[in-house]
Amino acid sequence: MNLLYTDVETDLRASVADLLGTHSTDLWPRLAAVGVSGLAVPEELGGQGASYRELAVVAEELGRSVAPVPFLTSAVLATTALLELSEDASARSLLSRLSSGAATAALVVPLSSWESWPDGRGLVRSVADAGSADVLLVPIEGRLHLVDAADVTPVVALDETRPLADVAITATTPLAGPGDDAVRAALVAGAGILASEQVGIATWCLETTVAYLKERHQFGRPLGSFQALKHRVADLWQSLVLARAAARHAADALTTGVDVPIAVSVAQSLCSTVAVRAAEECLQLHGGIGMTWEHPVHRYLKRAKANEIALGTPTRHRATLAPLVDLAGPTVGA
Amino acid sequence: MGEAQERVAALLAEHDPTTTDRLEFLRARFDAGLAWVHFPVGLGGLSAPRAMQQEVDEALTAAGAPDNNPRRIGIGLGMAAPTILAYGTGEQHRLLRPLWTGEEVWCQLFSEPGAGSDLAALATRARRDGDDWVVTGQKVWTSSAHNARWAILVARTDPDVPKHAGLTYFVCDMTAPGVEVRPLRQITGEAEFNEVFLTDVRIPDSARLGEIGDGWRVAQTTLMNERVAIGSRSSAREAGMVGVVAETWRAHPDRRTAAAHDQLLGLWVEAEALRLAGVRLRQQLAAGAPGPEGSAMKLGFARLSQALSGFEVEFLAEDGLRYDDWTLRRPELVDFTGRGPGYRYLRAKGNSIEGGTSEVLRNIIAERVLGLPAEPRVDKDVPWKDLPR
Ligand SMILES: Cc1cc2nc3c(=O)[nH]c(=O)nc-3n(C[C@H](O)[C@H](O)[C@H](O)COP(=O)(O)OP(=O)(O)OC[C@H]3O[C@@H](n4cnc5c(N)ncnc54)[C@H](O)[C@@H]3O)c2cc1C
Repeated sequence: MNLLYTDVETDLRASVADLLGTHSTDLWPRLAAVGVSGLAVPEELGGQGASYRELAVVAEELGRSVAPVPFLTSAVLATTALLELSEDASARSLLSRLSSGAATAALVVPLSSWESWPDGRGLVRSVADAGSADVLLVPIEGRLHLVDAADVTPVVALDETRPLADVAITATTPLAGPGDDAVRAALVAGAGILASEQVGIATWCLETTVAYLKERHQFGRPLGSFQALKHRVADLWQSLVLARAAARHAADALTTGVDVPIAVSVAQSLCSTVAVRAAEECLQLHGGIGMTWEHPVHRYLKRAKANEIALGTPTRHRATLAPLVDLAGPTVGA
Repeated sequence: MGEAQERVAALLAEHDPTTTDRLEFLRARFDAGLAWVHFPVGLGGLSAPRAMQQEVDEALTAAGAPDNNPRRIGIGLGMAAPTILAYGTGEQHRLLRPLWTGEEVWCQLFSEPGAGSDLAALATRARRDGDDWVVTGQKVWTSSAHNARWAILVARTDPDVPKHAGLTYFVCDMTAPGVEVRPLRQITGEAEFNEVFLTDVRIPDSARLGEIGDGWRVAQTTLMNERVAIGSRSSAREAGMVGVVAETWRAHPDRRTAAAHDQLLGLWVEAEALRLAGVRLRQQLAAGAPGPEGSAMKLGFARLSQALSGFEVEFLAEDGLRYDDWTLRRPELVDFTGRGPGYRYLRAKGNSIEGGTSEVLRNIIAERVLGLPAEPRVDKDVPWKDLPR
């Protein structure tokens, strides 16, 4: 188990951060150009052959800047599902298009899915990045299908940086292989990586709050010299230390395949709670300016809160954990 | 075979742990540099990276070697030793071997009735008399003073300068005339800590650690190590309090409720994250990049042990109303797992007070880790003797 950041990961983080700092509109092609879109794809299919540890570091940076890019949906969720089916020729060719950035894909399940998801024959609500995806992947009756025709209706999302759409499928082509396993693997990997995104969000919120408390003066003193506020940010920092360790563990477990379900559910439930609290504290400690559209904190709060629901809420992840750690709940009907 | 394995093998070849006397083995281990490998050669170490320690410990445990019971001698190991290493003279370095083997227990004479969180306000006086210092004052909450052979002591040597400037740090012989230890019964019924009265206790100047008047700086070394020591225990999943509570849950299916279930799982998750943060901190140390995360560990440990033990008593309902034993005892160590839930609940309350309160720790995190401005200080430039008390 290695919970630190390796030199390779630190370099990757720096190059992603550089790109994100440029605020360009064509962010995803530029990230794709440095390999971010194909991190998880094996080299023989044109990807980077990197591990979930590196995906997690990228997710952290993207969380730090709430970048509106289809990394989670295309490079993590759809890619993981396709990798499970990589004996299928169309899955392979799609993987190489995804990894070059030539196309993006979305898995047609509600972003809130965890452990179960609707059969794609009906209307599937609140699918992330479906509106912009070039390819849709739909689970139908235990198989994963490539969509040939669909009605995609964008909906207004709480988190505008990760757009949602309702999807109604009209025609599809099935892929070979066990689709349910592919979706399950995608959701587990997605949840594990999302924990790192939440760590990135919480990090930004803490740093931004601390900077503001140093510079803003009221009552003739910097706000940060008031102990009531110091203690709140100290507690945030403390919970971020735990969240980072849990998120690193999830990324490491996904990479080694050891202890995956426990590591992911621990990380996802804890990191979501920490990120939402960090964003809420950030808003509160900024006072009126925090409530405005012009201050960036609203985007972080919306992303953190939406992420808390995405891929399993903390409560659901704790419920998932219970049998894994031999802590069964009350016997129903007893 | 790595260096650690080689050295362990050499020690075991000379001293078979199954036939060697426990103390003799521990002394040999110290002399072989395998006590704390990051200490210098001759002082129980090899000047090796800290990372090697874990390998050594594991190899020795596997070979059935006795351990030095670090919990019983925690103050010596966690606080006295690093301070002696940083500031001690060659003569004082001789204290390290019996400290490490546990032959000599240490205690910490810092807190006073009038100086707890604000340690630098302390009033115990040390006056120079020839080659000696004569110390008079009262210390309080002193854990293990009743078992201790030595103490680390901070005393005021100059009342005419501001409070942080007039302190000096000593090693105090607990058997010296004038040292009186009185048990202080605590909330659990036990007397784990004590009051210590110092009346004209003579301490030779050779037992001073660091310069005269530099006691605050020396004490910082101790306190920093204390926080790390408190914060960095237990590495197995479900070790400690969370394991006890989980077992209690497993043993009582009839008492489970849905609300308690989610609460328990939340605490379990936090305990696991705290464990992982501890692993991460040790990996940082081993990689030569220690961070301030020890403070996060101590804060988290206190909060979690209190939440878990409170949960346990409530979950146990009618059994939670009972207590195992109120007898006044003077234990050598805190034994959470060996006692009942009521004891755990009450003793855990000390976790956010001992070794610096959680409030003071939050101040330290805010100011030193996050760089927030200090509170305005009213006492900084005032001579200690003129401060209101
Ligand atoms: C079980 C146990 C074992 C101990 N063992 C030892 C030992 O072996 N040796 C030793 O020297 N000491 C020992 N102590 C003492 C311990 O270090 C002190 O109790 C602690 O530092 C707090 O000091 P105090 O009790 O005087 O409380 P005070 O300092 O009077 O604090 C009272 C309350 O005010 C808060 N407070 C104080 N200052 C501030 C501030 N600036 N900002 C915000 N809040 C503040 C505190 O957090 C606390 O809640 C032990 C204590 C316990 C409980």
